Amino acid sequence: MRTWWIGAAALVSSAQLALAATELRYMCYQDGNECDVAEALLEDFHKANPDIKVTVDTVPYKAILESLPVQLAAGQGPDLARVTDLGGLAKYYLDITPYVNAAYWEENFGATLPWFRSGPGDKGIYGMMTQLTITGAFVNKTLFDQAKRPLPGPEATWDQWAEAARAVAKATGTPFPMAIDRSGHRVGGPAISMGAQIFAADGTPRLVDDGFKAFMTKFVGWMKDGTMARDVWVSQGGAAYQDAAQEFINARVVYYYSGSWQTGRFEKAIGDAFDWEVVGSPCGPAACSGMPGGAALVGFKRTAHPEAVAKVMDFFAAEPVHAQLVERTKNVPAHKGIAAKGLAYPDATPAGRKALQAWAAQVAKVSPVAYAYQGYPLNRVMFNATVTRVTQAIVGELAFDEAMAKLEADIAEAVAQAKK
Amino acid sequence: MRLAAPLHRLLELVDRPMAALQRRIGPQRFAWIFLLPNLVIFAVFTYLPIVLNFVYATTGGLAVLPSERPFVGLENFASLLDCRDYLDPSSCSKDLFWRSLFNTGRFVVLQVGFMILFSLITALVLNREIRGRGFFRGVFFYPVLLSPVVVALIWKWILQREGVLNAWLVAFGGEPVQWLLDAGWSFFWVVFVSIWAHMGFYMLILLAGLQAIPKDVYEAAEMDAASPWRMLTRITLPLLMPTMLVVVVLALIKGVQTFDEIYVLTGGGPGSATMLVVQYIYETGFAAQPRLYGLAAAASLLLAALLMILTLLQLRANRKSYRG
Repeated sequence: MRTWWIGAAALVSSAQLALAATELRYMCYQDGNECDVAEALLEDFHKANPDIKVTVDTVPYKAILESLPVQLAAGQGPDLARVTDLGGLAKYYLDITPYVNAAYWEENFGATLPWFRSGPGDKGIYGMMTQLTITGAFVNKTLFDQAKRPLPGPEATWDQWAEAARAVAKATGTPFPMAIDRSGHRVGGPAISMGAQIFAADGTPRLVDDGFKAFMTKFVGWMKDGTMARDVWVSQGGAAYQDAAQEFINARVVYYYSGSWQTGRFEKAIGDAFDWEVVGSPCGPAACSGMPGGAALVGFKRTAHPEAVAKVMDFFAAEPVHAQLVERTKNVPAHKGIAAKGLAYPDATPAGRKALQAWAAQVAKVSPVAYAYQGYPLNRVMFNATVTRVTQAIVGELAFDEAMAKLEADIAEAVAQAKK
Repeated sequence: MRLAAPLHRLLELVDRPMAALQRRIGPQRFAWIFLLPNLVIFAVFTYLPIVLNFVYATTGGLAVLPSERPFVGLENFASLLDCRDYLDPSSCSKDLFWRSLFNTGRFVVLQVGFMILFSLITALVLNREIRGRGFFRGVFFYPVLLSPVVVALIWKWILQREGVLNAWLVAFGGEPVQWLLDAGWSFFWVVFVSIWAHMGFYMLILLAGLQAIPKDVYEAAEMDAASPWRMLTRITLPLLMPTMLVVVVLALIKGVQTFDEIYVLTGGGPGSATMLVVQYIYETGFAAQPRLYGLAAAASLLLAALLMILTLLQLRANRKSYRG
């Protein structure tokens, strides 16, 4: 009898030991304080779940882009990660549907859940946008005031903004009227506003159409006539990313088309040096759309603890926790309930708060085509090829039509390779 | 002495089984036992990557693991070599590969040509008894000690829109020039910076070659009243030829492999004006999306073939020069 009791006690204690030993690794990168906030919030999770220990490994963004895919391909890697290439890593995601309240997730994250899925037939729940971003424009309001020009209205077109920015730059001696980040994602929204459909009726990518060409023709023309800061696109080769945030901070650009993630940086770096505002995306004949995007928390199916991973993700998806996460990292909420209620952003400056609220208002203007483009697994191929080929057209290496033809060929080849 | 006894015992301990093994397999085969550790290291770190390079070059798809990649034969090579007109990169299916190849050719010819010319002139000057000779040798060699990334960043600060060079131009009443945004100027500067960074190394080799030329040959020429130009063309250059050959081949191979300085300085831009073939391979295989490992591997094998041809030319030229 005594032996039996000793055996039972040993079994229970070893089971407890095994439970306490559930350790998860979360590979995280941060633009600002995203990993720090996540780590702080996880303290509550650890109190509620003493059997699970989540270790946050904060790594450079390059590690997420370059090392993580290789680790996952080799069957290694963390249990959870903060990723941006949502479609590219889709085959490694853990479906947490069996472990969470799927209706809650669908209700609140329904608009972005398809971004993680492999196709229309896939109904799994694989991740949550912890940072929803929207592309759009910032303007240097002080320069407009100095030039005694009113800001164009919310329905202003790209041409109207270009004309206004040129006039302000001329009146104030600012070197660049406009700048757009060197990124295919950034020019996606403007092209969609001009009528680009991005996909054919059967869902296959068809980037180059009349709408796409309409914006790119304007864009290349603006690069040549000095409306756009040529340096941003031409000073780099290949598909390298380059932003113009520093030029905006230095008040050398009147109108800067980037995205909501720059808000915190501008809040800190510009301070009260000049007034700046978020004006969203200019309109075209089809829409006034930016591109959605951002970073997401995903779990990987290689994990030995799928239920614990789902528990962590469900913790961050819960409304009170998610609201804190978004508010403290100064981001636009992807959670429908939180977006509807609005956030106060108590830590933000008045300019930052106004900007974040302006970004949140832009979400409603995002075209369904933009959502589909962001959710397409090979969208990075399209973004990168756009940057490479449009730059070649800007510098005159290729004629515009030739560049568009090469762009289509690049995408077709990548799609063919992906099917192999 | 204290150490000698245990060491001796240890060697005796090893000696017996080794002697037994040698008796069993014979002295010829026994040599392989000693070569084995080195061979294993070479196999893992040199031969295996070469084999993997061939595996990737002959497979397609986007998977990283070779086992998940379908065999496509020579498709990647065919894709790289698919051109309507080989002199017009735009007519090629992989136009960026051909642009980078043409850029590499142009870069190597200009960089190697001018670098050897300047290295030779500098070596000739610094081989003379001039004041501050040691200082100037140090000055010319100094950039070689710098990391290529540091070199590129220094020059980027000098050449960018509001860089040092434009500040000088403006101070002297000139107009700023977009040194790194114009294709022609960018190419000029990548060649210039590369020469600046590497010239010291080749200068040093040539200087050593010059110092190896016997002094009495010059003394004899002076006694015959030979002019300095005649001494240069009839004594110095012919006797420097073996060293020059080494310098040319080394510079050619290094030139073809150039990547880091240009990648940091211009990123291969504007457009693809300064993209060399190594950058094309890097971008295709590691930076761009999707990562076309097969295409990058095929391009790297073509580059390896090019470098092999250059090396064979060196061996052939060396043989000729030794035969006289």
